[in-house]
Amino acid sequence: MASISVIETIRKQIASCESQLRDLRQQLAEAEHQHQQREQERMRQDSSIDPLTHDMSYGIHDDFRSEVFAALSHTEEDYSAPKRWPLDMSEYKRYGRQLILSGIGLQGQLRLKNASVLVIGVGGLGCPAAAYLVGAGVGTIGLVDGDIVEESNLHRQILHSTSRVGMSKVDSARVFLSSLNPNVAVVPHISRLAPESAISVVESYDMVLDCTDTPASRYLISDTCVLLGKPLISASALKLEGQLMTLNNPPLPPGDSRGGPCYRCIFPKPPPPESVLSCGDGGILGPVVGVMGVLQALEAIKVLTKDPGTLAPEHVNPEPPTLLIFNGYGNPMFRSIRLRTRKPRCAACSSQASITSEALNSGSLDYVQFCGSVSPVDALSANERISVDNYAKLRSHINPFTGMEPSKDSHILVDVREKVQFGLCSLEGSVNIPFSKVVSTSLNMSNVQTSGPQEPGWVSELKGIPDRPIFVVCRLGNDSQITVKKMKELGLDQGGQRWIGDIKGGLKAWREKVEPDFPDY
Amino acid sequence: MSDQAPKMKDEDTLSITVEFTGGLEMLFSNERKHSLSIPIRNEDGTRTNMAALVDYLCQNLMKDPRKDLFILDGTVRPGILVLINDADWELEGEDKYEIESGDNILFVSTLHGG
Repeated sequence: MASISVIETIRKQIASCESQLRDLRQQLAEAEHQHQQREQERMRQDSSIDPLTHDMSYGIHDDFRSEVFAALSHTEEDYSAPKRWPLDMSEYKRYGRQLILSGIGLQGQLRLKNASVLVIGVGGLGCPAAAYLVGAGVGTIGLVDGDIVEESNLHRQILHSTSRVGMSKVDSARVFLSSLNPNVAVVPHISRLAPESAISVVESYDMVLDCTDTPASRYLISDTCVLLGKPLISASALKLEGQLMTLNNPPLPPGDSRGGPCYRCIFPKPPPPESVLSCGDGGILGPVVGVMGVLQALEAIKVLTKDPGTLAPEHVNPEPPTLLIFNGYGNPMFRSIRLRTRKPRCAACSSQASITSEALNSGSLDYVQFCGSVSPVDALSANERISVDNYAKLRSHINPFTGMEPSKDSHILVDVREKVQFGLCSLEGSVNIPFSKVVSTSLNMSNVQTSGPQEPGWVSELKGIPDRPIFVVCRLGNDSQITVKKMKELGLDQGGQRWIGDIKGGLKAWREKVEPDFPDY
Repeated sequence: MSDQAPKMKDEDTLSITVEFTGGLEMLFSNERKHSLSIPIRNEDGTRTNMAALVDYLCQNLMKDPRKDLFILDGTVRPGILVLINDADWELEGEDKYEIESGDNILFVSTLHGG
C-alpha cells in the first residue's frame, strides 16, 4: 500500500512535469512565431522585386529574358559572397540599443559575438550574469554547476522557475537562456568544477566568471585562469553585502609583473573555515547578489569589447586593480578600493609559482583540504544530550527521568537561534538567547570593564532560577552544544546540581521526527 | 592604556576612523564605523603603526572574546583585507605603516556566498 507521502511525491512530480510541459509549449510557440516572422520577412523581400519580376515575365522577349536572368542571378551571387553586412538583419535590431553606444559599436558587437565566456556557478550571481551576457549577444556561454534547483533558490536565482525545481541548474538555465536569445550557443557542464578537469573545461573559453560560493572553488578557478591566461571576474555576496574583483587582467603569463593580480596575490592564505558563512546560514537578499552578478556581466562586456590593440604589451598600463565593495543598506552603497599588483612570490602567478598544469591535472592539489572544513560539533557526552523523541515525551507525557507529569515550569527551554529566526517560528514556552550573545560573553567578566555590567542579563536571569534543568535547542544541533559547554563554564549548572543539555539535531530533527508542520526555512 | 587613563592632550592623540565590513562588525559591538582617538606614540616612544593599532583594537574596542576571528598568529587573520585610506595596506607598508591623524582604516572580511 502506497503511503501518503508517496502519493504526495507523485502528485508533486506530475505537477512539475505538467508545468515543464507548459514551459516547453510556450517555447515552441515562441519558436514557431519567430519562424513565421522570418518567412514573412523573406516573402516581403521577394515581393520587393515585384516590378522587375513583372517586366521579366511579361515585357521582354523569351530568349533575351533568360539571358538577363542568368546575368542577374550571376551578379547576385557575386554580391552575396562577401556578406554586405557583418551582422544578421535581426541582430541589428536586437542589439540596436547597445550598438549605438560609443563603447560598443559594430566592432564591439562583433567581439562579443566571437567571444566565449564560462560562467561557473549558476546561482545568485551566475543567473543574472549569464542572462545579461546572453542578452548582449556573447557568442558562446558555458555553464558549470552540479546542483539541482531548489525552492529556496528561487528568490534570487532568476533563471530558474517554480516548475523546474528538481531539474539541474544548468538545464534549467538553458531553458531560460535559449528562449531569451536563440543566437547564443549555451554549452552545459553539469558537474562541479574539479581540479582534474578544470583545465580541459576552461581551456576553450576566453574569459571566466567566478560565481561560486566556497573558498576552495575560488582558489581552483583562479589558479586555472592563471595557468591558461584567462581574465577572471570574481564576485561574492552575503546578507546585504557584495564584493567584486577583476583578476588576472591583463592575463599575462606567470612571472610577468605587468599582469593583473590573481586571487592568491590578494588572499595568499585561505580564511579559517569557521569564519566562512554560507548564504544558507547567513542569509542573502536577492537584489544584493543580483547587483553583483549584473556587475560581473558589465565587467565582462567591458573587457571583451576592449580594442585588442590596447592589450599589446607596450600598451599594458592597466587601470590599477580594484575591489568594489557594495552594501545594499550602506550610504554610500559602493566603495572602490585599490588593490595590490601581482605578488612577487605568488604561488600561482609569479616566476616562482609552484602551481602547474601537471599538478592540477594529476589531482594532487587538494583545494578542499587547503581551505579546511568545519567538522560537525561533537562537544558533549551522551548524558548531556536528549533526542527530539525523548524531549517530545517530556513535553507531552511523563518525564522519562523523573516519571512526573509535565508542567510548564518543569524546565527551561533555551532557543539560541538569532532573534530574527526565533521570530519566524519557535517552540511554545521557549526563551530566546541568541547564539551571538552567548559566544560574545566573556568567561571572566572583570577583565573586560570595571565600570560595565558584571555579567550579561541572560546569565543572571538563568542564575535566578537555579533549580530547573535547561534544555538548549538551535536550528541544526551545533550551536546548542557549544552553548551548553559555555553555560557550564559560566557556572550555570551550579557545580553539577542542575542538568544542562542540548536537544540533538535541533529544530531540523524536531520537524523531521516530531512535528512535520514546523516551518522549514 | 585603559579607559580610565587621564584625558590625553590633543597633541598626544591621533583622531582616526576605523571601519569594519563583511561581517567583522559583529565582533565590534555591531558597529561598522568607529571614531577613535589613539595615542600618537607607543609606550616605548615609537610612533603608533598599524601593528600597534590592531593590538589596540583587540585590547580596547573588541568586546567579543573570540579574538582569533580577528587576529591569528600575531596579525590580522587570513581572509581580512586591511585598507588604509581605501588602498590595500600592502601598498602602504603593511603593519609598519605609521598612522596619521584623519586616516581611515577599513577592515574587510571576504565574502564567499554566491
